[in-house]
Amino acid sequence: MAQRLNVLVCSGASCLSSGSIEIKKKMLEEIKKAGLEDEIRIIETGCMGPCELGPVILVYPDEILYKKVKKKDVEEIVENHFLKGRPVERLLYKSPETEKLIKKHEEIDYFKKQKKIVLRNCGMIDPESLEEYVALDGYEALGKALTEMSRDEVLKEIETSGLRGRGGAGFPTHLKWKFTKDAEGDQKFVVCNADEGDPGAFMDRSVVEGDPHTVLEGMAIAGYVVGASKGYIYVRAEYPLAIERLRKAIKDAKEYGFLGENIFDSGFDFDLEVRIGAGAFVCGEETALIHSIEGKRGTPRPRPPYPSISGLWEKPTNLNNVETYANVRHIILKGGDWFASIGTESSKGTKVFALSGDIQNTGLAEVPMGTTINELIYDIGGGAPEGKEIKAVQLGGPSGGCITKEYFDTPIDYESLTELGAMMGSGGVIAMSQDTCMVNTAKFFLDFNTFESCGKCTPCRVGLKQMYKMLDKITKGEGEKGDIDKLVELGESIKKTALCGLGQTAPNPVLSTIKYFRNEYRQHIENKKCSAMVCTDLLTYTIDPDKCKACTLCAQNCPVDCIDGERGVVHEIREDECIKCGNCYDVCPFDAVIKTTGELE
Amino acid sequence: MKKEEILYKYEKRKDNVLYILHEFQDLNPYNYVTDDDMQLIADYIGIPYSKVYGTASFYSMISEKPRGKHIIRLCDSPPCHLMGSIDILDVIKEELKIEVGETTPDMIFTLEKTACLGVCGVAPVMMIDDEVYGNLTPKKVRKILTEYKEGTK
Repeated sequence: MAQRLNVLVCSGASCLSSGSIEIKKKMLEEIKKAGLEDEIRIIETGCMGPCELGPVILVYPDEILYKKVKKKDVEEIVENHFLKGRPVERLLYKSPETEKLIKKHEEIDYFKKQKKIVLRNCGMIDPESLEEYVALDGYEALGKALTEMSRDEVLKEIETSGLRGRGGAGFPTHLKWKFTKDAEGDQKFVVCNADEGDPGAFMDRSVVEGDPHTVLEGMAIAGYVVGASKGYIYVRAEYPLAIERLRKAIKDAKEYGFLGENIFDSGFDFDLEVRIGAGAFVCGEETALIHSIEGKRGTPRPRPPYPSISGLWEKPTNLNNVETYANVRHIILKGGDWFASIGTESSKGTKVFALSGDIQNTGLAEVPMGTTINELIYDIGGGAPEGKEIKAVQLGGPSGGCITKEYFDTPIDYESLTELGAMMGSGGVIAMSQDTCMVNTAKFFLDFNTFESCGKCTPCRVGLKQMYKMLDKITKGEGEKGDIDKLVELGESIKKTALCGLGQTAPNPVLSTIKYFRNEYRQHIENKKCSAMVCTDLLTYTIDPDKCKACTLCAQNCPVDCIDGERGVVHEIREDECIKCGNCYDVCPFDAVIKTTGELE
Repeated sequence: MKKEEILYKYEKRKDNVLYILHEFQDLNPYNYVTDDDMQLIADYIGIPYSKVYGTASFYSMISEKPRGKHIIRLCDSPPCHLMGSIDILDVIKEELKIEVGETTPDMIFTLEKTACLGVCGVAPVMMIDDEVYGNLTPKKVRKILTEYKEGTK
């Protein structure tokens, strides 16, 4: 008997971390208590996207979305909604503009502008159930490719689609496949890069955890085209759930004959294995990733030869990113023309973006290429939290750059972003408000890149360190005239001379913040001023004698005892001894402590 | 499981080094690989010790020195940083009285910083062993640490 209601409990990493499993357990109990076991089915799904609203529950067939559900809400949902048919209004989404309650999840602003191809199944199916995947056309594309299409026909379809690599660089997928197909070799491999390391990017994690079979199917189709019988998925060890789901998916697919020998009686054999990283960002670079799979230190090597010609164990290897593979089955089923009809002239299809930082609706959003940054961060992301304003977004993680407000109407595609000095990268979008210091942010990204540099080539190992030192000086108020030009010069030469993608793009966060926020750099250097009040060395704390009530609270909380005064005597901070910890500022009940920055004019 | 049993699961191929290292580390109550472990792997695969050490020392998640029973990995990548991961770091340091990279004297906790954990939607975030905790506040962190200390987690 079909169930009356299907209750989808989001078990993406974000919702899990806020207790979705507890909610599911409680719901099972309550349903049993109410005697509804036969009528209601509870399904743990992958990420639904709106992480900000989590833990999220979606009830079908009514498509009612409950947000920020707590364990104590479960009883009420079961009692009022499941039993009496009255949805619990206080847990529904409210439109921030109209204050109107929105019941259907597709009418929520966050979902309205999205177009889901890659994420179609994410949050809709139980990722551990192969049956559910198959029920939604799963492995049909593989069947079609193997039984109705020649290898060239499949390749042609991918070419027509215009699909480009979603890992960041945007290389045409069909060319990569063609190079590997045409390369000579007794054994070829297909590899999936699931070493998602870009800070602020979490789409690959969500796809792999929420719909693992999609990736497997895409890889098998690639294997058929290039002539590989073996594939590897390289996943970071930081994603234990992704590893578990992939392993189960592979096992199930083998049992059902979607992987293994003689798939669909076509004579095509394809086997997959999961390989695990161990915490090294550079392993997301393709040649480093290959070294890591081989069990070596994950350092890159110069290209050419490209992996398509000489990859894993020097054999021709097709290497794509999770999101790229996840597009493949839809292209085969619906046709390359359909896919090419979405997006812009040069960039086809959709792209999944991960919204984080100073933005209301954090989470995952899949939009057609050509969507503007405005639409992404305001219509979907809901803009900055109250009292803040977004001044820039950082795109493409530590390899990318920032884009300022003036350019928010730019339609997003590979070329337009590169032109602006940022890059598509893996699709991480970090929103920054006036409370973010761009110099400090650049320093932060550079610190990351310096730490993750594998040390093999000098420009990256030594050059980044020098850039970091200069930035550190600037944020400490020791910057000198000419430092900005030196940073640009050094950055440009690292870009030209570093060995791999990590090094060649590592200076980008600095170069792009200099390009758009040169003034902030100047203020730091010339006026010793950090307008975002972030760089502590540039702050000065003083006490307003008119407001000070001489309560001694600040003096009690000063870790270095640099506040003079006693009860009845107005307090004063000895500036030369102050370590600028801000304790006095935080504890003063009368707002008498004043925080300023910059040399007094 | 004994170390030999782990080794025999794998073919004698170089590409298995990292996987055996992972398993040896998980087996060790102090979450690290010993010199003897690395020598054992080198002998089994038939490669020099230096190659095994080279691989082990390259990856930040493999440790060559003893660590605590629970490994706290605090994410300090930009989205978490923007949302205040440094305040969280201060609380953990204060509660456990250790710095990043150190282990508590009772060998219960090791504190590490990690690259992005991919849960940026609920930043700031930390992972203790395989468990992810998001939307951290000083109060929430203290509560979580207490639960681990008392052994209820």
